[in-house]
Amino acid sequence: MNTSNTSASLNVSVWRGTSDGGEFRSYQVPVQSNQTVLDVVTWIQQRIDNTLSYRFACRVGMCGSCAMTVNGEPRWTCRTHVNNVTENATLEIAPLRNLPVIKDLTTNMDPFFDKWIKAGGVHEPSALRNDPMVPVNPESKARKVASEGVECINCAVCYSACDTVAANPDYLGPAALQRAWTLVNDVKHNGKNTVLSAVSESGGCHNCHSHGSCTRYCPVELNPMKAVAGLKKSTVLSLLRS
Amino acid sequence: MLDVRLYLLQRISALIMAPLVIGHIAVMIYAVQGGLSAAEILGRTQGSLWWMLFYGLFVIAVSVHAAIGLRVVVHEWLGLKGIALRLFTSFVFVVLLALGLRAVMAVTAG
Repeated sequence: MNTSNTSASLNVSVWRGTSDGGEFRSYQVPVQSNQTVLDVVTWIQQRIDNTLSYRFACRVGMCGSCAMTVNGEPRWTCRTHVNNVTENATLEIAPLRNLPVIKDLTTNMDPFFDKWIKAGGVHEPSALRNDPMVPVNPESKARKVASEGVECINCAVCYSACDTVAANPDYLGPAALQRAWTLVNDVKHNGKNTVLSAVSESGGCHNCHSHGSCTRYCPVELNPMKAVAGLKKSTVLSLLRS
Repeated sequence: MLDVRLYLLQRISALIMAPLVIGHIAVMIYAVQGGLSAAEILGRTQGSLWWMLFYGLFVIAVSVHAAIGLRVVVHEWLGLKGIALRLFTSFVFVVLLALGLRAVMAVTAG
């Protein structure tokens, strides 16, 4: 963080509370140049109130730990510059939507990762240790499709942005389904039919309304909506063939 | 709440409805050009196997499509689930089918 101080300050509202309820509390934070939203939260925690709970790890947009709701929109806070999201020098920071709150800005990610497993997101090897390696052609159509979604950082921004998850809590959500689509197209994954069956059940990919919020908000610019569309097509073809 | 079978049924019913809607609207516009009384319409439709099949298929597709669509709406907006949701879906399907087929029979039978 560049520490060149100015006399200006930000009006920051931070949601404080637990799963039983809470409220926004206001803080004044000095404006810095090149200041991220995570810097603001850290400043409050270190200088004003050390009981503020939040989660972060890498601070460089790789670990997916620090996602929060900033001025009503889900964002990765370590790579979100204050200058790009403030209106009239005000910031409103809340926990991610669609996940239970543990405390303050920290959410319980269990439902998010449980749905990865439920969507078949567990690797089933197609070969054993002594078998010859499966050749993977990086130019093949399937590998290109798999590679499109493989850089997901599990930040749950898409899950928080999804209105279908908000209305239908059993829906697996965009991240789990994109992982499933990656595995369906991975020649090294042996459980293609297991994945297609898992995403065909009642909370599966067919509940997606294609609102597109997942793709709109994905911080690493992946396209989960396209992955879900691929799953819809593959599951229907698989059903018709059987 | 929507599995692959319900999803597929809704898409297939939509595919069936699309040409039937166009046919229905086209015939309505064409038929009323010179002004038609109810008796004249019934004179053309009663005893017509073609119109019975046309609107019979239409009613079946509408009943399937609307029941699944309303299932999604009541689940997402009213939180209905489990056996209540299944009963609601079946109820909408049966009511629409009964009312629709009754109307088709009244207009085309005889």
